[in-house]
Amino acid sequence: MKELRNSVCIVGVDESDEIGILPNKSQLTLHLEAVSNAVRDAGLTIGDVDGVFTAGQHSPALLGEALGIRPRYVDGTTVGGCSFIIMVGHAVAALHHGLCDVAVISHGESGRSGVGVTRSRDTSLSGQFEFPYGFGGAPTYFGMITTRHMHVYGTTLEQWAQVAVSTRKWAALNPKARMREPITVDDVLKSRPVSYPFNLLNICLVTDAGGAVVLTRADRAKDCAKPPVYVRGAGEATEHVMVTQMGDLTFSESTRMSGEKAFAMAGVTHRDFNHLMFYDAFTSGPPLMLEALGFARRGEGVRFFEEGRSTPGGTLPINTNGGGLSYTHSGMYGIFPIIEATRQLRGECGARQVPGARVSLVNGMGGMLSAAGTLVLSNDSSR
Amino acid sequence: MEADRPLPSPITPEARPFWDGLREGKLLLPRCGACGHVFFYPRILCPRCHARDVGWMQASGKGRLHAFEISHQTFNRAWKIPPPYVLAMIELAEGPRMMSNLINVTPDPKAIRCDMPVEIVFTKITDEVTLPLFQPGSPR
Repeated sequence: MKELRNSVCIVGVDESDEIGILPNKSQLTLHLEAVSNAVRDAGLTIGDVDGVFTAGQHSPALLGEALGIRPRYVDGTTVGGCSFIIMVGHAVAALHHGLCDVAVISHGESGRSGVGVTRSRDTSLSGQFEFPYGFGGAPTYFGMITTRHMHVYGTTLEQWAQVAVSTRKWAALNPKARMREPITVDDVLKSRPVSYPFNLLNICLVTDAGGAVVLTRADRAKDCAKPPVYVRGAGEATEHVMVTQMGDLTFSESTRMSGEKAFAMAGVTHRDFNHLMFYDAFTSGPPLMLEALGFARRGEGVRFFEEGRSTPGGTLPINTNGGGLSYTHSGMYGIFPIIEATRQLRGECGARQVPGARVSLVNGMGGMLSAAGTLVLSNDSSR
Repeated sequence: MEADRPLPSPITPEARPFWDGLREGKLLLPRCGACGHVFFYPRILCPRCHARDVGWMQASGKGRLHAFEISHQTFNRAWKIPPPYVLAMIELAEGPRMMSNLINVTPDPKAIRCDMPVEIVFTKITDEVTLPLFQPGSPR
């Protein structure tokens, strides 16, 4: 994997024209807006794209058809919301070996309004072994991981609430974030109970949104419109699908494996990062990811939030776009932390810019910590 | 009999003995004939040693509450039981974990703790389907 280090760059990123609640836009429109915006951000055209990567309901073949191109490389890996993060690693391999020259990873999801959405058929075993007991929505599963963590490590509802508070502080600085009013720990604890241990403010938003990322080889990236962001490391893994099958509910093995692969490819240690992006479907997610990736000892990930390290002005900013908790969460959120890390490394983030951002981590989960993808991104290829 | 909750669907052929056993008041679990591993959910090979020699054993119905949630909002239209109710992950005495409900308990985090002992309550839902629900119980 080391030969792939810095061989490919992110050269274009963007959201759909709007994100939020969009009852007049189909899922496919969200895709097409995001792709055309991201390609323009790169200084390229849709006609330059010859590799199409997408996860979710629409296949890469449909996206190619709708874009009016004939891709010579496609990838439809769908392992949950981190699929787009995992696809960056796949795109690096494909671009490095010349299987395509310009790759686009696209996400479009009418997760709130359900416009142009096919009712998907569930092929998991949940219908047989989980739904008869009232399981169904994501909160009914991730809470299991959370109550076990609270039992083993003594983590508390007040601590999880700190994650929502920190993330909202960043959202207040992002004009595109949906929820920008400051909140307190008390606000989180008093918000509507959904599924103990989660109240409403512990849970991500449900929105309509698209996002896309454009990649090309480093030699070609120099000719693009914006400074290149190097993919220095990438890793992926899957462990389980149903939470009952997870080895240790308090420790994500897929996250650990993906991180170790990405760090080894990148040749970095924890101290090298200035900025972290995690998939925050629930407030307890980022602390568990910090633990699985080795940024914190087991049970102590939440201290990053409690002690203010994660917040604006903190020593290790986390989820600077406002996260799935406060910026947007269409369903498969994984494209958005890549977009934010790229913007931070380009210095485009205005009020929320992390000063001197040089190396960013992107880590996301698919399902309930079932799958994981980790990226090490940098604006500097010198080491 | 009208069900107040989603029925298991689809019941897969490899899991049929599990569902048939419940109807007769028995909790049957898959056990590997090669390495002795007891596991859940039913499948045609052992997830530990990967041998294709899977039989069945009758479990004790005892276990511990591995993790839980208290639902205040229903996520499935076929679920008719009013909240709050307790979603439970059970760790059976024989080793494997399964999802269920914790019943006959106050749905309050003060009354419920991880690792509390639980025991099975065979709960007839329809003539075809009996579910393995659990209640607070003795450790063994």
